[in-house]
Amino acid sequence: MTDVRARPRQRGREAPAGRVGDSVRRPDGPTKVQGRFAFSSDLEADGMLWGRTLRSPHPHARIRAIDLGPALAIGGVACVVTADDVGGAATYGLIAADQPVFASDVVRFVGEPVAAVAADHPDTAQRAIDAIVVHYEPIPPLVDPQRAADAPSIHPDGNVIRRVRIRHGDPGVTGDVVVDGTYDVGMQDQAFMGPESGLAVPDGSGGVDLWVATQWIHHDRDQVAACLGLPADKVRVHLGGVGGAFGAREDVSIHVHACLLALRSGQPVKMSYLRDESFLGHVHRHPAQMRYRHHATYDGRLVKVEAEITLDGGAYASSSSAVVANAARFACGPYRVPNALVDAVAVRTNNPPCGAMRGFGAVQVCFAHESQMDKLAQRLGIPPVELRLLNAMATGDVLPTGQRITGTAPVAECLRAAVAHPLPAEPGDELLERPGGAGRTADLRRVRRGVGVAVGFKNLMYSEGFDDDSEARVRLDDGVAFVSCAVAEVGQGFVTIAGQVVRSVLGVATVVLEPADTASVGSAGSSSASRQTWMSGGAVLRASRLVADQVRSALARRLGVPPESLLLTDEGRITSADADAHTPPEVDVTVAQAAGREVFEATAVHKHRLTEPLDAETGQGQADVSYAFAAHRAVVDVDIDLGLVRVVQVATGQDVGKVLNPAQVTGQIEGGIAQGVGLAVMEEIVLTDGLVRNPSFTDYLIPTFADAPEVLATCIEQPEPGAPFGAKGVGEPPTISSTAAVVAAIRSATGVDVSRVPVHPWDLI
Amino acid sequence: MVRVVRAEAYELVVNGVVRRVDGALETESLLRVLRDRLGLPGAKNACEQGECGSCSVLVDGVLVCSCLELAAAAAGCEVTTIEGFAPEGASAGAEPSDALLTDVQQAMVDAGGVQCGFCTPGFVVAIHDLLDRVPRPTGPEVREALAGNLCRCTGYGRILAAVEQVVSVRTAGPAT
Repeated sequence: MTDVRARPRQRGREAPAGRVGDSVRRPDGPTKVQGRFAFSSDLEADGMLWGRTLRSPHPHARIRAIDLGPALAIGGVACVVTADDVGGAATYGLIAADQPVFASDVVRFVGEPVAAVAADHPDTAQRAIDAIVVHYEPIPPLVDPQRAADAPSIHPDGNVIRRVRIRHGDPGVTGDVVVDGTYDVGMQDQAFMGPESGLAVPDGSGGVDLWVATQWIHHDRDQVAACLGLPADKVRVHLGGVGGAFGAREDVSIHVHACLLALRSGQPVKMSYLRDESFLGHVHRHPAQMRYRHHATYDGRLVKVEAEITLDGGAYASSSSAVVANAARFACGPYRVPNALVDAVAVRTNNPPCGAMRGFGAVQVCFAHESQMDKLAQRLGIPPVELRLLNAMATGDVLPTGQRITGTAPVAECLRAAVAHPLPAEPGDELLERPGGAGRTADLRRVRRGVGVAVGFKNLMYSEGFDDDSEARVRLDDGVAFVSCAVAEVGQGFVTIAGQVVRSVLGVATVVLEPADTASVGSAGSSSASRQTWMSGGAVLRASRLVADQVRSALARRLGVPPESLLLTDEGRITSADADAHTPPEVDVTVAQAAGREVFEATAVHKHRLTEPLDAETGQGQADVSYAFAAHRAVVDVDIDLGLVRVVQVATGQDVGKVLNPAQVTGQIEGGIAQGVGLAVMEEIVLTDGLVRNPSFTDYLIPTFADAPEVLATCIEQPEPGAPFGAKGVGEPPTISSTAAVVAAIRSATGVDVSRVPVHPWDLI
Repeated sequence: MVRVVRAEAYELVVNGVVRRVDGALETESLLRVLRDRLGLPGAKNACEQGECGSCSVLVDGVLVCSCLELAAAAAGCEVTTIEGFAPEGASAGAEPSDALLTDVQQAMVDAGGVQCGFCTPGFVVAIHDLLDRVPRPTGPEVREALAGNLCRCTGYGRILAAVEQVVSVRTAGPAT
């Protein structure tokens, strides 16, 4: 096989000292600050070609003919592939395989792949792409999700991807007071920094190795192998260095195209999207249209919530069917809601496909239910925090799905912690800290401050009966622990957590994380749904404990004592059990010391408890493993003449179960809040008839250093039963209610009844 | 249609070493030449539109987005990439290790300013540049100066902490 030169730089990341609970530094930190960490876009190989993708300029069109001749005539072009060259399944998809590898008869969104080219230089590949002639016959596009269900089908699978109905309690009951609202959420992009990229290398015997930035290498492997028409073991997917993910790397992007080009040309093929292509090359957060009616008693207790939710899934299903179920399950918020009617639907349109993004359906409905809670608070004359505390759910309460919360649910604690933080200083003389920032436009007398709160929650791990697991292998060899686990490290810091877990169990100083690939270890599942610390942390913990147990038995044999006379401690040590007279009193060594030069190895699989599907008619079911909660209080300054918003501070209380690494938890909270702030005030993919108008960081704005608020965070530590170390995933909750809190603060500053995010300046003046 | 014009061979002085560039297209950016022809992938390709700062390098001491510079136009210039940053006294070409991190690099690791790391090389270059020009920036000055470097993971809080850590150590040093 061709040597992949960047590969050795990925190997042998040694984890620094530190156990569970410490702010251990990232083992990949030094190589990342030196620019030596090999991201998937940094890989190269001898004889490497560059791949490029031809994409549809039409939101909906019939393909009449494709002429590849002009492209193939260009010197340096190795090959061109289209749907005709897909040897296996023509379509792929995360849940349902409804998306063509290349469009053959019809294109369904602007940016849909039609062909791919491999050439000796990226510019040559681009010239070849430009030279391909496709004869399209445009079809009127379906771009209004409200029309989708009744419009002619734009896909053989129909325009309704999934409806979810929840019927809970008495549908006829009404409250003393009723508040109505309609709310819209625009299309947010994950906007990871590292573009889709990877390197496919043919193995010379019909198979292929693919290095790629992704969230789940084994699921990629299965989809790629199916499309290539190869057995799974002929396709080896290796994790390339991942420059952020946030849900956008759950679906395949370059994967099949690069492998097809590599197998066709017989040469390694690298693909790396430019930013404009990246905006077309991955799914986005679903735009949502939501109609709500809240019923409550005069004293503020929620009686019933009615919600109708429409998510625009775009042209292909991706994970829409799971996202819409999340939107439905979390539509009523983290409150005791005795009666609920929720109708949620994800529909197909000729807009760009939508799927996973941090928060996964819970973000959109949180904006709606929290806006409703503020509306209700205003109607009742009850302070917003008090109204939420009055209705806050807790352990033992029942969700609208009928599921009783058996784990921790510190909703009130999160909210109290959020609002207990000190408020920031009043707007002052510093021009850079006013709305408009470096534009220096704001007149201090025309700046209004507002404060808002919001609470949100979502599930941890996959739901609705998905039988999820993760595998890890731990080998203790001469004082060094080697860990194999196929987790996609996307920046979240699993590499740090894995080392902490192993050191805590085995008492080793050095933990080496082997590169993640599909050939050497089983699936770790996806780096999504806030699940890896629990699932793969759990697998690494189990495997480490098995190794520790083997070492204890070996030591016991050497000492001639029963194994149970030796104890394994939480510090990775083996000590004498006091009561046993046969045990030499001096036994107090680390597991690693006790192992000596003997090699011990164990493989373990971690599963969570099984869940159930939702009933199709009533939406009832024990669908979730666990829940995580967070509350946010936002402070904003608004220039009421220009409509400019500066988010000054976001304070949060977050339910984390147990903090395994304080520095990394802080990083997740601050980073997640920044994405929530982005959705609140700036981030939106603007579409005209299905065309993305702003596929660049010039026009799609994400928060800069100057936009990011001060963050004050308090972690609520209530260990979660069933979770390794009691730790909950922490990645998603910061993104769920921070958006709603910022909008509440904007309403409080301006008095404008904002009902759509992102809030634009023209909404406020 | 993209025009293909080969540039005449030219030389760049990269991290103190003269590097000959032969056979490149005239249109290739400094970023492309560094990454694809000179084996220096430390400068990153997050946007290639001059919006994100991930490709930050110094050209004759000036902080630039290397994606916006034509490589051929930088012929003869001194280019400093992330690969050229090492603490004073470290020998050039030595195998990089933890011990060879600059104070900014070490602070980024210690403070948790690194997650996925794709923006990190650009931030390290930009922070060094800022603190060379403005040794004791205020918080708002840091935030504005680094607003050209996008990060999607951290929310910037730990990067700010890293900058503050460097400023605090440097200003407490014997030289000041």
